[in-house]
Amino acid sequence: MRLLPLIASAVATVGLVAVLNTQLPSGASKTPKLGYFLSPQHGFWKNAEKVDASFDASIVAGELKGNVDVYMDDRLVPHIYADHDEDAYFVQGYLHAKFRLWQMDFQTRVASGRLSEIAGADKLSIDRFFRRLGMVYGAEQTEQYINEHNPVMKATVDAYTAGVNAYIKQLAPENLPFEYKLMNYQPEEWTPKKTYLFLMFMSYDLTGRSATADLQLTNTRDYLGFDLFDKLYTNQQDSLDPIIPKGTLFAKPSIVPVKPNGSDVAYLKKQDQNTTAGKVSASPDAPDKNNGSNNWAVSGTKTKSGRPILCSDPHLGLNLPSLWYEVQITTPTHSTYGASFPGSPAVIIGFNDSLAWGVTNAGRDVLDYYELKFKDSTQKEYWFNGAWQTTSNRQEIIKVKDSADVVENIAMTHWGPAMFDKFYQNPQSKGRNLAVKWTGHNASTGVETFYKLNRAKNFDDYLAAISLWKCPGQNFVFASKSGDIAIKQQGSFVARWDRQGDFIMPGTDSSYDWQGIIPNDENPMIKNPTRGFVSSANQKAVDPTYPYYLGTAGSFPLYRGISVNKRLHTMEQITAEDMQHLQTDNYNVFAEVARPALMKFIDANKLSPDAQRMVKEMTNWNLYNNGSEKGITVFKIIWDSVEDAVWGDELAGSPIPLTKPESYILLDQMNKDADFSVADDIRTKNKVETLKEQVNLGVENATKKLLELEKEGKLEWSLFKATRVSHLTKIPALSRLNLPIGGGVNIVNATSEAHGPSWRMVVHLTDEIEAYGLYPGGQSGNPGSPFYDTFVDYWAAGKYYRLLFLPKEKLVAHERTKWHIKFTKA
Amino acid sequence: MKNISSDHLKFVVSILLSALMGYAIGIYGNLPWWSFVVTNFIIAIAMNQKPGKSFLSGALGIGLLWLSLAFVIDNQNQHILSIKVASILPLKGSFQALIGLTAFVGFLLGGLSSLSGSFVRK
Repeated sequence: MRLLPLIASAVATVGLVAVLNTQLPSGASKTPKLGYFLSPQHGFWKNAEKVDASFDASIVAGELKGNVDVYMDDRLVPHIYADHDEDAYFVQGYLHAKFRLWQMDFQTRVASGRLSEIAGADKLSIDRFFRRLGMVYGAEQTEQYINEHNPVMKATVDAYTAGVNAYIKQLAPENLPFEYKLMNYQPEEWTPKKTYLFLMFMSYDLTGRSATADLQLTNTRDYLGFDLFDKLYTNQQDSLDPIIPKGTLFAKPSIVPVKPNGSDVAYLKKQDQNTTAGKVSASPDAPDKNNGSNNWAVSGTKTKSGRPILCSDPHLGLNLPSLWYEVQITTPTHSTYGASFPGSPAVIIGFNDSLAWGVTNAGRDVLDYYELKFKDSTQKEYWFNGAWQTTSNRQEIIKVKDSADVVENIAMTHWGPAMFDKFYQNPQSKGRNLAVKWTGHNASTGVETFYKLNRAKNFDDYLAAISLWKCPGQNFVFASKSGDIAIKQQGSFVARWDRQGDFIMPGTDSSYDWQGIIPNDENPMIKNPTRGFVSSANQKAVDPTYPYYLGTAGSFPLYRGISVNKRLHTMEQITAEDMQHLQTDNYNVFAEVARPALMKFIDANKLSPDAQRMVKEMTNWNLYNNGSEKGITVFKIIWDSVEDAVWGDELAGSPIPLTKPESYILLDQMNKDADFSVADDIRTKNKVETLKEQVNLGVENATKKLLELEKEGKLEWSLFKATRVSHLTKIPALSRLNLPIGGGVNIVNATSEAHGPSWRMVVHLTDEIEAYGLYPGGQSGNPGSPFYDTFVDYWAAGKYYRLLFLPKEKLVAHERTKWHIKFTKA
Repeated sequence: MKNISSDHLKFVVSILLSALMGYAIGIYGNLPWWSFVVTNFIIAIAMNQKPGKSFLSGALGIGLLWLSLAFVIDNQNQHILSIKVASILPLKGSFQALIGLTAFVGFLLGGLSSLSGSFVRK
């Protein structure tokens, strides 16, 4: 034995194994364990699917009551045929896991504040935010309620959970999804709580903006003073075309919310002198302001076939793997097709053999902050209704990769969790002690709404199903084969007095508390209106005669609703194809009004030659946000610059970001009040700028940016906008970037940079349902699968797939049916 | 002459054994990815080659194994995943470079483990 060389080479071997078996630091993140990752029998190569792989399989499961047949079509959409309802959800869980396991696990980790566990201390501030907001608390309330009171939902979620776990159990280590290998961690068992956590995340995504917006709005009011604030952030929307047509009479309200005495001064005009105190944590980006959607239904009177057509396109963050997964579920009780959430049983937006439904976000304010007065720094007591009340302490433990656990102590109060206190502040909370009250904290049987919609046969079933819906408030559109159309805004909505909850409210007594939840039958609804259509696009549901306050106008985009309604009013003899064209329509109704308003103030003769050329580009534009147009880019940049010139000075002095006024505020002022005093740049002491001067200044500023864009060849709208569908980790190589697609904010085709129609669906309710749809992703979550991003290009091009919705015998024989997965009872 | 050809044979057999055993033990996903280090070490002791040859046979055995596995998988996948991974790793999206890197890691570690084994006997 040659000892020295043996030792030397053994050390080298072991050392190299060790290095290749370690996650090495790389910038802010870490590499995978390279040896493991590259090993063709263990690492990422195992995730590279054969492009012609067969998905045929035979699976035996002890949890099943009977046998289940799943047929996969050429787009990898499963058509599940089960003899028992619970078996169908078992199989849905199994398939979600088979194709989307990492995504399901990742999304629920985000929701429950467990990112640090896999990504390290970097993500701690995001985790703390979600923990303190009460995400886990809310999921626990729902879990407990369903376990105690709702055996059918419990059985449904349990069956789904068993399906997910049956897949995880048989998963060999070398077949772990790609991202686990990349980030070096392991999947864990699914639980019903994870399903509820996922639904909590949807509540946050669609109503959680207030968690950021309320603080910012409070600080904006403090900075500007209420009078100027009220002018720039008025809740009046003159051009509103509400979901329920103007002039509709509303029933006498059963709750008359009373504004507390003295609230004008103590609440509205209160000026907080708090400044940022001590250590602050970063918060996650607030949910996108444009998390919205379109949906509408036209009655048979307006269609060529005489049958209703229903359309739904939810606008959400565009991600890979997609939030959505298409599925058909057929059992003896029902047959349903549509988009499902990996993480939850049933179909969320879709249709069955009797009717179709879709949702848009209601945008109503259901989250408020109350300022607490603690007795001392122990935070064990707080002042409420004239006495010191005890808090209870909720402890949550955050595990952190490569670091010690972090213990979150959350004081629970009458209002809810004390989100901001001596332990936790962000730049906007400015040292205040704030409890958060949110309908999302309440137990909710949201799953049951979808469970019942999947089985609904008629309008009454639809109404009964959605009456269970609490949070996030949605506009449920409906159309049936029998000819009914309807839309109802449903959720657990607070009976608010004017501006209640726009700002932080005093929390020392119950006078600012919610005075009730609006009864379901007072929520806005219309059925079979004479105009022959119902629609929603996140605008205010009702005109100001509705007896309850909805929330700040900034939560209700105006223009998409106007566009949709204008088109639907004039359309006749409608076909499914016409509806596809409307969903992908790029007309800019905001620019239609804003461009002439701008032109009134633009003094072309005084502009530089370049600016004149740009203005000409804008005036020649056809008002369509098509990908190839340059005029929209010029218009957008000019408009934004003018807004900056007008508002910039008012907001610039603040050390923390403030809320920008809505675009229609400036537009309304341009159209009616040329002497708009806010136009003056308050930073120039000896000069009063007019709106005209500010507009022309804005045009010159914009021209500088536009010339740069022109040089880079990025004036064309789709190149400027650069729409992307990002992988959940934001890794560019796993994302689709720079998609050739038009649209944008305020456009029916609401595709902006990283946000837009996340599922487009058109359902023609003929005897044999004619349905079209797609989402910007693919049925497989595996980046190594040809089905990873299958639909993205088609989606960008505004095309649709015909959805296969057939009884078993017909589907088996269909030419687009490719594979068969057989589930057998053990 | 006879010696040379038997050395030659030994060398070729070593390569084949390394590849075969490396592949066989790699089938068990529960075992660590570096299990071939152990098989190579044992094979090297058994084959009793000179250190240089031992290194090369172990290196070629695992290197060629990993090269061919990666190559076959990548072709059946039409480079869908390799191009993405080659952009995550600093390989400028080149699937050829990624296959090369894969083979190189197998080559190096395969060689070192066989080299270690050869010193037990020599």
